Amino acid sequence: MSTYPTTPSQTVGPYLHIGLPWPDGPYAVDEDVPGALWIRGTVHDGAGATVPDALVETWQADPEGRFDHPDDPRGARAHPGFRAFGRCPTDASGAYGIRTLKPGPVPGPHGDQAPHIDVSVFARGMLNRVVTRLYFPEEEAANAADPVLNGIGDPEARATLVARREEDGYRFDIRLQGEGETVFFDV
Amino acid sequence: MSTPPTPSDATRTPSGLHVPGYVRDPDTHPPLDYPEYGSTALRHPKRPLTLLPHMLTEITAPVLGQDRLGELDHDLTRQHEEEPQGQRIIVHGQVRDSDGRPVPHTLVEIWQANAGGRYRHTSDNWPAPLDPHFTGVGRALTDAEGHYRFVTIRPGAYPWRNHRNAWRPAHIHFSLFGRAFTQRLVTQMYFPDDPLFFQDPMWNSVPDPKARERMLASYDHDATEPEWALAYRWDVVLRGREQTPFESEEEILEDDE
Repeated sequence: MSTYPTTPSQTVGPYLHIGLPWPDGPYAVDEDVPGALWIRGTVHDGAGATVPDALVETWQADPEGRFDHPDDPRGARAHPGFRAFGRCPTDASGAYGIRTLKPGPVPGPHGDQAPHIDVSVFARGMLNRVVTRLYFPEEEAANAADPVLNGIGDPEARATLVARREEDGYRFDIRLQGEGETVFFDV
Repeated sequence: MSTPPTPSDATRTPSGLHVPGYVRDPDTHPPLDYPEYGSTALRHPKRPLTLLPHMLTEITAPVLGQDRLGELDHDLTRQHEEEPQGQRIIVHGQVRDSDGRPVPHTLVEIWQANAGGRYRHTSDNWPAPLDPHFTGVGRALTDAEGHYRFVTIRPGAYPWRNHRNAWRPAHIHFSLFGRAFTQRLVTQMYFPDDPLFFQDPMWNSVPDPKARERMLASYDHDATEPEWALAYRWDVVLRGREQTPFESEEEILEDDE
């Protein structure tokens, strides 16, 4: 039962770059932490054009599937050198990059969820953020049992949530609209 | 006010872990597809959103502390050698959830145009002057009772090219984290009695006129400081916890299967 109605969302507008990026934003993990990898991608609009005025934020568990947060009933636990949160504006070519660790499986109501990263995209022309999830291509068995992925019937749509392996990490392109449109969630 | 779910309300079952989720508030927010704001045309998903049940990743968020703040981040009038031009104002308020509980120690970020309506941004080149003494960026943490406070100058209105003679009402951009991924909110605070709302697609994109009013600060004479600064109060309400976490998680998952 809600007593107080919530405050509406508004767009970040074209000048988000002055307010939101942090110098250390792309580094969800310190550079010297073993296992650090890059998540890189490009944000595209419905015409296939790149989006140079977006902001990508990531939030995830640590490699053991734990969160440094009091509402994790297993207890808050910090992973040294790891913030778990990444934030990167897209550059002139629509590209972003987040340096992070691969998360571990996270418990869900019906068993473990596959390793995943929650991703928010904010941009001029978007009156609210959109939210998606990044999954890992080598986790085939875990992905096949994941309750969120299994909620998406269309295999092509589901495939938009699985990153591609690259030399120093993964590629996760985001298509806001049209062909190959990324699956976005009502969160 | 009912008792909020706590981590101890999480339920372990033989197969996994239920955690209390957050109330969904779709009626509050603007649609992603809103033709009056031209830039939404190619930037809204065409496929319906997929319902994401709230699990551990969604009910947690970064716990950001004092280390994210510089000493003068809350005072946008003292970030340069001299004070900026414009009407000095205090902007303050409380961050609560929809059950009325304060959201303590959470990061609030703001950015805004200067008194002439110009942003310190390379893409903003309309002919209003930049102010060498104003950056227009602030950060603060809410206190134990969810209160935040900034000192800044009142931003000016500015033109844009969305429609003929389009002007944005004066506003301050706000970014809030809350304590959960579900509570993340980026929005704009507006000033009372602005004559520009009628033609502003951002303001009008919020479907419910009563919800639009929740983006409006109010003049606060009690907080106004004599011979120094006018004050505006703006409270922000983030989503609250669901009261029946177990059932709703079950329903959501079953609906999706």
